[in-house]
Amino acid sequence: MPLRKSTIFITFTLLNLAALLAIVAHAALSSRGAAPVQAMRRGLVKHFSLTDLVLFTDARYTRHPSMADLNTPFQDYPMSFEHFPSGSLLPPPPHVRAYGRR
Amino acid sequence: MGGVEKQRSIIDFTLSSLLRRKGKNAALLTVYALVVFFLASVMFFTQAIRKEAAALLASAPELVVQRTVAGRHDLIPLGYIEKIRGIRGISAVRGRLWGYYYDPLFLANYTLVVPEAFPWGTGTIVIGQAVARRTMTVEGSVMPFHTYSGKPVNLTVVNIMPATTELVAADLILLSADDFRMLFGVPPGLATDLVVEVANPAEVPTIARKIGALLPDTRPISRDEILRTYEAVFDWRSGILLTLLSGALLAFVIFAWDKATGLSAEERKEIGILKAVGWDTGDVLLMKFWEGTAISLSAFLAGVILAYLHVFIAAAPFFEPVIKGWSVLYPQFRLTPALDFSSLAVLFFLTVVPYTVATIVPAWRAATVDPDAVMRG
Amino acid sequence: MIELLNIHKTFNQGKTNEYVALREISLAIASRQATVLKGPSGSGKTTLLGILGGMARPTAGRIVLFEREITSLPERFLTDIRRRTFGFIFQQFNLVRGIGVLENVMLPAYPCGERHAILRERAMALLELFGLAGRAATRVEWLSGGEMQRVAIARALINNPAVIIADEPTAHLDTRLSGEFLEFMARLKGEGKTIIMASHDPLVYEAGLVDRVVEMRDGRIVYP
Repeated sequence: MPLRKSTIFITFTLLNLAALLAIVAHAALSSRGAAPVQAMRRGLVKHFSLTDLVLFTDARYTRHPSMADLNTPFQDYPMSFEHFPSGSLLPPPPHVRAYGRR
Repeated sequence: MGGVEKQRSIIDFTLSSLLRRKGKNAALLTVYALVVFFLASVMFFTQAIRKEAAALLASAPELVVQRTVAGRHDLIPLGYIEKIRGIRGISAVRGRLWGYYYDPLFLANYTLVVPEAFPWGTGTIVIGQAVARRTMTVEGSVMPFHTYSGKPVNLTVVNIMPATTELVAADLILLSADDFRMLFGVPPGLATDLVVEVANPAEVPTIARKIGALLPDTRPISRDEILRTYEAVFDWRSGILLTLLSGALLAFVIFAWDKATGLSAEERKEIGILKAVGWDTGDVLLMKFWEGTAISLSAFLAGVILAYLHVFIAAAPFFEPVIKGWSVLYPQFRLTPALDFSSLAVLFFLTVVPYTVATIVPAWRAATVDPDAVMRG
Repeated sequence: MIELLNIHKTFNQGKTNEYVALREISLAIASRQATVLKGPSGSGKTTLLGILGGMARPTAGRIVLFEREITSLPERFLTDIRRRTFGFIFQQFNLVRGIGVLENVMLPAYPCGERHAILRERAMALLELFGLAGRAATRVEWLSGGEMQRVAIARALINNPAVIIADEPTAHLDTRLSGEFLEFMARLKGEGKTIIMASHDPLVYEAGLVDRVVEMRDGRIVYP
């Protein structure tokens, strides 16, 4: 007797769910394993007095968004040449926008 | 009633029925899984970055005081330190030296930072991974620089920061205060900005206000503001995410519309046959439910699993060109996996539920016909 | 075993295209007999067949099946009774295209929730009986007319019903296949099934197995 289609489907779905569980387990394990590295990075931030992550290095205000001058984001935004795509992934920091509205 | 056996029999029929249009349904499943894959990848990636930013920048300076001249960030006199040191609640103030250096040889912009303590002395630098990659530098080699006056200077690389630090230090060059001043011609009495340490974080807003009043040409930036900057990064309004989201939503609308209006005469007739041979309305809707679920649940699970592998195991290769943008130095970091169940649930309800509903609803009317409709032709 | 009492059926009631399909039908059908509803098209045969088989509800009147009134049962119960009591053979067979012979035959039994292995065995036995065992996996649209007809009969029998209902069964069959069909019906009657057919084909209402012919015209029984 050939395998029922529903058996194949249910097995496939259960395998997928098992993979999902494996992912959850992997996430939990690796975030625990990453703790020492995290601590090291935090130490670096502290020792070098860093204020930003290295995500986009293509413009000053995308490299150090939190340190941007009050004027920078508004000179470059929204009608200027955008640094695409980082310029659109990274909105002007809220504290700078707040000043701009005043 | 034999519940399980009934469900399984109906699933059997549903799958046979889906397999009739193998190509079409396979294409549908693939596109659907891809949509979920992209949405889930973006979700995983942005959540992991935000979580990482929140964890790392929690040890950023409590307060940075920046001076602005004519609308531009400008060097701050170290004399300002004395003016604000007396404010109650401030435990320490010091000048911070940092800036950008453009390397015409490698067309790259480095971030030069003078740490509080730099034990290697003048004439030496410590570089980040991306800098080392770009310049193909190893420990012990010499990097050429030009000072503000055009004079060439060689600095020796004494250390390369490990790969695990890329997220915060990929493009950094650490050097001594003397070398920094020599390179950029910053006089001894000036710094890039001031770092203020505050004993009690609750007092930061008050202290920031006092500094603002005392030094009207400066602007204090609190750690809270830094953290909020990164909470907003990749938010839903961001161009790419908006494009992706609206694309995905449109795709779903098209699916749903196609389903709703696309109950073909043949499908309608088939439902009539099922009713005539003894299925009741509930059985027909159950079949449609499984039809929608088989496709959407499979697509959802496959999409989410692939997205996780993509973002956390393969380090998000599809996003690399997007994040990279026009930058020359690109940090290569592996994010710490962060799974947020509530957003997974949102994704589930945005993808699986509408599709399944869109499959069931149009069948509803067809399924409520009298079973003898088929006979009446 | 089936009794119809003063049945009326009106379509599109209250609208301009209101149409009365059946009037004042009272009819009793006995067990293990073959009955033919005879009449021209539009005489209400098919509608009456649908009401007899529990597929449609009358506008007025009562239906009693095995001494049990089923007129106003909710859909779920009515469907359950219908699929256990009646097996239907349609004019155009109404097989589900694109899926195999075996699945088509098993289809009416799916909502019953029977064990799959048992159901499959029964379906295979029926296919064996009709000489279709070798075609079990074939898609129905690849079958010949005669084979389709046999699949339709096998499907009608899958739930082992007491009554077989056939609507114009010979309309799309040639004389030879019509004869074959009537032979199958005779065999089923011999096994104790009740047969009800609607037809205006003399081959059917003059067939040897038929015990009773009910003549209809304009929604009424005109004979007897």
